[in-house]
Amino acid sequence: MKAPRILLSRVLLWGTGLLVILFLLAPVLVVLPLSFSSGAFLFYPLPGLSLRWYADFWASDFWLPALWNSLRVGAGASLVAGTLGTLAAFGLWRAPFPGKTLVMAVLLAPMVVPAIIVAVALLLAFGPLGLTNSFTGLVLGHAALGAPFVVVTVLAALQQFDAVQLRAAAACGASPATAFRRVCLPQILPGVAAGAVFAFATSLDEVAVALFIAGPAQRTLPRQMFSGLNDSISLTIMAAAMVLVVISVLLLAAVTLLQRRRAP
Amino acid sequence: MLRRSLGAALALGVTLMASGASAQQRDLTVVSWGGAYQDAQREIFFRPFQQQTGSRLLEETWDGGVGVLRAKIQSGANNWDVVQVESEELLLGCEEGLFEKMDFAAIGGRESFIPEAVHECGVGNILYSFVLAYDKARIADGPRNWADFFDTTRFPGKRALRRGPKVTLEIALLADGVPPGEVYRLLATNAGVDRAFRKLDALKANIVWWERGSQPAQLLASGEVAMTNAYNGRITAANQNDGRNFGIAWANNLFTLDSWVVMKGSPNRQRALDFIKFVSQPQLQAQLPPRIPYGPTARGAQDGLPAAVLANLPTTPANAEGALQISDKFWLDNLDKLTQRFNNWVSK
Amino acid sequence: MAAALVAPLLLFLLAVFVLPIGAFLLRGVEERDVAPVLPRSTAALAAWNGAGLPDEAAFAALIEDLREARARDQESGAGSIARASARLNADWPGFRSLLPMTARRVAAGTEGPAREALIGISEDWGTPIPWAAIRRAGGPYSDFNLLAVLDLKRDAAGAIGAAPEQERIFRAILWRTLWIGALATLICLALGYPLAWLIATAPPRLAPLLLGGVLLPFWTSLIVRTAAWTVLLQREGVVNAALAALRLTEGPLPLLYNRGAVLLAMVHILLPFMVLPIYASLKALDWRLPRAALSLGASPLRAFLRVSLPLSLPGVGAGCLLVFIQALGFYVTPALLGGANDQMVPYFVAFYASRTVNWGMAAALSLLLLAAVALVVALYGRLVGFGKVRTA
Repeated sequence: MKAPRILLSRVLLWGTGLLVILFLLAPVLVVLPLSFSSGAFLFYPLPGLSLRWYADFWASDFWLPALWNSLRVGAGASLVAGTLGTLAAFGLWRAPFPGKTLVMAVLLAPMVVPAIIVAVALLLAFGPLGLTNSFTGLVLGHAALGAPFVVVTVLAALQQFDAVQLRAAAACGASPATAFRRVCLPQILPGVAAGAVFAFATSLDEVAVALFIAGPAQRTLPRQMFSGLNDSISLTIMAAAMVLVVISVLLLAAVTLLQRRRAP
Repeated sequence: MLRRSLGAALALGVTLMASGASAQQRDLTVVSWGGAYQDAQREIFFRPFQQQTGSRLLEETWDGGVGVLRAKIQSGANNWDVVQVESEELLLGCEEGLFEKMDFAAIGGRESFIPEAVHECGVGNILYSFVLAYDKARIADGPRNWADFFDTTRFPGKRALRRGPKVTLEIALLADGVPPGEVYRLLATNAGVDRAFRKLDALKANIVWWERGSQPAQLLASGEVAMTNAYNGRITAANQNDGRNFGIAWANNLFTLDSWVVMKGSPNRQRALDFIKFVSQPQLQAQLPPRIPYGPTARGAQDGLPAAVLANLPTTPANAEGALQISDKFWLDNLDKLTQRFNNWVSK
Repeated sequence: MAAALVAPLLLFLLAVFVLPIGAFLLRGVEERDVAPVLPRSTAALAAWNGAGLPDEAAFAALIEDLREARARDQESGAGSIARASARLNADWPGFRSLLPMTARRVAAGTEGPAREALIGISEDWGTPIPWAAIRRAGGPYSDFNLLAVLDLKRDAAGAIGAAPEQERIFRAILWRTLWIGALATLICLALGYPLAWLIATAPPRLAPLLLGGVLLPFWTSLIVRTAAWTVLLQREGVVNAALAALRLTEGPLPLLYNRGAVLLAMVHILLPFMVLPIYASLKALDWRLPRAALSLGASPLRAFLRVSLPLSLPGVGAGCLLVFIQALGFYVTPALLGGANDQMVPYFVAFYASRTVNWGMAAALSLLLLAAVALVVALYGRLVGFGKVRTA
């Protein structure tokens, strides 16, 4: 009596769950193959296969520079956010200090403040400083948005690190800086790297700030896609989407590997 | 520890600043209206200019609105040099000091342009019309005028209009039977504006708003809407380049011109003028109408065009009959007020 | 020492995040556009009680102010009159034409008493309305924008009342934003909980695969997923073409540019933020507890409702918080997939900032949005507490 009912509920659960996963995966997976179409339509069946939209991506004046800009800004942002975020996480982990809750709130605020507000605020603040229309400005803005992810990830990595080791290093005569570099950093490195990847991904995904403070010379790939979707939807956009998805998959793989190393 | 990390952060900052400083000397940035039109501009004007001068030109796309230009100047973050603007943006921006005064001596002299193109702050670059467009493949016996545009019983389906009061309010009154000569006299009164919005109210549920010049042709092509108002050139271009069969009803088309302006305080002012001079050469301007039928502004540019091309130009007498020239003066006084009312009306 | 390590990031965020946002929000209450252009007029109007017309001195001051400002604008191109009229126009539509026009006319010269001269230029100067607007904008601070985003306005005497009917749009926009956010959160919860449960209880061999099905979209760029929905839903898109091929529809359906499209894409984008925290809390759950309930004779439903569900509530709370807060800030997706009636508060922030240069309204709307976010976060902290927020 009971067993069939439990079986039924399992079947229902699997059915629902798999449908939801289908809903999550299908839209992107259905759309991406369109980028290999030899025609110009945005539906199936494809008239034939070709790489013409990738050739277009490669040859146009916009797309390749945009990809290049995205990678540069992402690398810069993850470098800044990774460095500052790791130091901050280490400090937060080491010892309590007055006002720590407030400091934590400030450090994590970029995660909850809507991006459009950051974008307009940076436009007004950076304009007079000459930081709009510059890589520096965009890197600084994206680093601020990515920093909380580094802090959270590195803090999580530090949970697994045994603080006694630092005291042992100090007893052996190592300065705090040396102890951090030689003892702690190697062990939390996967966490630091994962944090940097998060910051990179945040930058790579960001539209609003790029829309408001970047100039035409700093146009990033998502921003170019946003304009493209607003202007005329071509299959080149789908080719660009494919490029972004490939990068995302690589980043996900990197983080998964790093997290596996962290928890053997 | 702290000193070293601060030192590293500082060094990083300095390197980044240095790269930022080099970005200050930016390339000439030209802003136009996107889509098929900007594609044509790129091939006819932008690429040859780059080749001839050996300097890089960056492109941007916008969809109009003097507020965008105000925001650029007033945020202190302007990154545009040469912008293609509509006529009332030219007047408003000029009055507000958003543009440099046009140095006609540097671009070939006033007399090398048709008189309508000459302005204190800008120089005209194309003449064009807002027309009623539909897809002949979907509606065989198409609409003839703006009244048909509002007639959803005879012609079911959605309509697309440009998001904004300019052109939209004129069309509403024309559709309501107001003769072209009376439109602006009426719109200057509250009763006239109310009448226009009342007319639009009836159609509101069926309206899709477009913002970019490339959208109407797409909306028609995809069948999203049955009719749209559109820049005449985009419609002909879609027929020529994408094998579409769009029809144009020229009755009471709304006629105007666009201009090049140089943004105030542009660090590239000289190159901007060089660019405008380059693209104003008649033999170069004559290459545009065959691609996309907008009228040229340089004297002599229209002379050698074949009849088939002339047939699609808004300046051809048969097309210009009954056309309403969009009143810059009216919109100079009323654009902001009516934009506000329009935006409130749309978001309800 | 610890504080010194935190300092670089803290200072960095203060410089490029906290201070810029603070300065921007301050614009919501600052009045910096009118007083510098009309210094004498605003000073003269400070003494006026709002009843009847101001005295001759105010009229004369306005003429003098406008003459000077116009001369300055013509020389420098600062556009200060335009900016002042934009601000005043937000209070009383009509100023955008009235002020520049009056400036042009007084620059050409006036005769006789200032009052007659101005009323001769426009009868509007013979009513208290424009004068009250100038006084309200005299600054240095005012609640004008803050009231405006709540559909409120002060009258000539300074009492707060409802804004004129056709200007009342912001409450509706705020409710719409909260409603879309709440709906997206609920749908995410309904879809996300079973999936999280499935992944947490799946055989160890299959669980990583299922988890990958959530993580892959989670890592896929938001703009890519929005683009995918555009391509799926448009008239000549994948869905309509498939429906037509299966002869299920007469003609293409209007799937894009409506509320449904916005919600669909938002749920799709935000769902992983719901699944992952719930999964984390279920994973940490001690499964002996529900089993014990079952063996003590509770029905599976009862065991779930009384044991498993309460134990997974921290994950549910964290998921709802993450989804709802992010939903409130959505800009790109509604802008690309929604119609005019589906735009939320962030769209109007962008609109006022980039299209009408009304920094005051952009800031006031941002303040409204931030207040909503802060309220939700505080409510969450009160109900659930932050110790338990753990994102995967």
